[in-house]
Amino acid sequence: MTARVLALHGGLIAVLLALHFLLPAYHHGNLARVMVLACYAIGYNVLFGYTGLLSLGHAMFFAAGMYGMGLPLHFLGIGAELAFLAGLLSAAALALVVGLLALRTAGVAFMIVTLMFSEAVYLTILLAGKWTRGDEGVVLERAERVFFGLDLSDPDIRYLAALALFALCLFLTLWLVRQPAGRVLIAIRENDERARLLGYDIFRHKLAAVVISGTISGAAGAAYGLLFGYVGATFAEVQYSIFPLLWVLLGGAGTIIGPFFGVLFMFYLIDLSSGITSAYMLIAGIALVLLTLFAPQGLAGELRRRRMRWLP
Amino acid sequence: MDFGPYLMLASLEGAVTAAVLALMAAGLSLVFGVMRVVNVAHGEFYMLGAVLAWVVASMAGGGAAGFVLALAVAPLVVGAVAAAADVTVLKHLDYDPERTIVATIGLLYILQQLTLMGYGPEARPVEPPFNARIALPWVEWGQGGPQLYWPWGLSITSYKLFVIGAAAAVLAGLWALMTHTRIGLMMRATQLDGEMAQAFGIPVERVYALVFGLGAALAALAGVLIVPIQQAHYLMGGDALLLSFIVVIIGGLGSLAGTVIAAILIGMSDGIISVFFSPTLAKIIATLLVAFVLVFRPEGLMGKRAR
Repeated sequence: MTARVLALHGGLIAVLLALHFLLPAYHHGNLARVMVLACYAIGYNVLFGYTGLLSLGHAMFFAAGMYGMGLPLHFLGIGAELAFLAGLLSAAALALVVGLLALRTAGVAFMIVTLMFSEAVYLTILLAGKWTRGDEGVVLERAERVFFGLDLSDPDIRYLAALALFALCLFLTLWLVRQPAGRVLIAIRENDERARLLGYDIFRHKLAAVVISGTISGAAGAAYGLLFGYVGATFAEVQYSIFPLLWVLLGGAGTIIGPFFGVLFMFYLIDLSSGITSAYMLIAGIALVLLTLFAPQGLAGELRRRRMRWLP
Repeated sequence: MDFGPYLMLASLEGAVTAAVLALMAAGLSLVFGVMRVVNVAHGEFYMLGAVLAWVVASMAGGGAAGFVLALAVAPLVVGAVAAAADVTVLKHLDYDPERTIVATIGLLYILQQLTLMGYGPEARPVEPPFNARIALPWVEWGQGGPQLYWPWGLSITSYKLFVIGAAAAVLAGLWALMTHTRIGLMMRATQLDGEMAQAFGIPVERVYALVFGLGAALAALAGVLIVPIQQAHYLMGGDALLLSFIVVIIGGLGSLAGTVIAAILIGMSDGIISVFFSPTLAKIIATLLVAFVLVFRPEGLMGKRAR
């Protein structure tokens, strides 16, 4: 790993750590949320940006992590550490099943199949309303959210925990895309026929990408539930499948650092506009159309194209 | 009510759903067939049709005249909006399938949220132009052979019959347009091979805008027809989109006859399943059905297998 790559990504983490001491309470809380959602975007980017598979159903993995964590924690009282693990495993298992089925299709059919599976997961959450309490959701008590002795409901600990998870996801994917296996994913994105001719097992690499992507998304979902104490069906709705696509497109698909800036930018755009109108999803719609029309590379993608060709 | 009349009532309601669904899905299927793009904003064109029907009908002061005016105006306006979206956005994406889906998702939110801002979050009804209640008979084996009787509650309104008839007429018209007119010939030529059609002097870009507008107008027409039965609401496009996806995928993408058959199948079973089971469960089954059809039989249940 070259020094400037390390400096750039380490620098981002250092800046975020410094901001912990500098930011006023409101933005401090927002940034914690942005970092957890950025993990979700990073997970999405592994599949979309690096493997070239556009999923319209990632909310199911986010929700699998969130409910896989929240339900055992709330109803079985297994403790936050085991519950987090349960969330990861649920998301990974769901990703494996969905990957095995959906990867038999490609292109537009893959998008619709993932959309439909995600819708089925959302409806199942509503159907199991007895436990999930549907749209109303489950509120996690403060006492339940103690992770290895750390009280995650405390704003300072929450920020640092979010930062730790974000750093972990960032460096994990940075490492992954520089591995030989990660290079194969990029080769599949660029031309899967050619990658197949070179002798790579395309299906297994794609399946691995779905599972890794789903697990990171699930980790983000589980962490979101733990850190903000709420597990609800809204996070399984179609909107939450569209958001990571929007964030990654905005930040730059196929860049490590892009998804974070996509989330940051979009979060504040929606935060500001929701003060003016209740139709804040209008911003998301306009952003999607403009991005596909004028900047399919996104912020970091444009930067890489013009200035920093080394950007991973 | 006994089981028999109850089932008949459910299938009559299902037939109305099927009629509206067939119109909407025919639009989606037409757009996919000719342009090879999936229009995710299709449900919003349906919603716009319903909302415009309310706007036009209330401006005209209600009554039958307002509804007839809405029936003419709403599809035209929505078709024009869609054609404009095609020229300003989709054309510049070169109709790349994946980028088009992302752009139409954007369009979905733009239309939906603008409606929320302009029209508000309320659901509003439009009065049907005529609404006579027609009681229907049922056959029962009594003493000495079959007897007709009129069970309480087994009825349909004249408006619902009109919806079924109107949908059938429009679909027949669409079929005639595609097979017997010059513009239909142009559309089919573009569908077979866009570049070759261009080489033969067919204005492919204009055909695309026309097809996208026509598809949207069909959805809007379905929206106008449904609004006296259901109310107009800014979120009504989501479920309608899901159902028409199901229909188009099961019927085989791009095939009009398959779409109509699938619409009847899905519309009827949706009506019947929703009456007897939880609607949520019915929707789960439907979504999984679509996913599995795409995974295991991508050409659709009734489509031809690609060579």
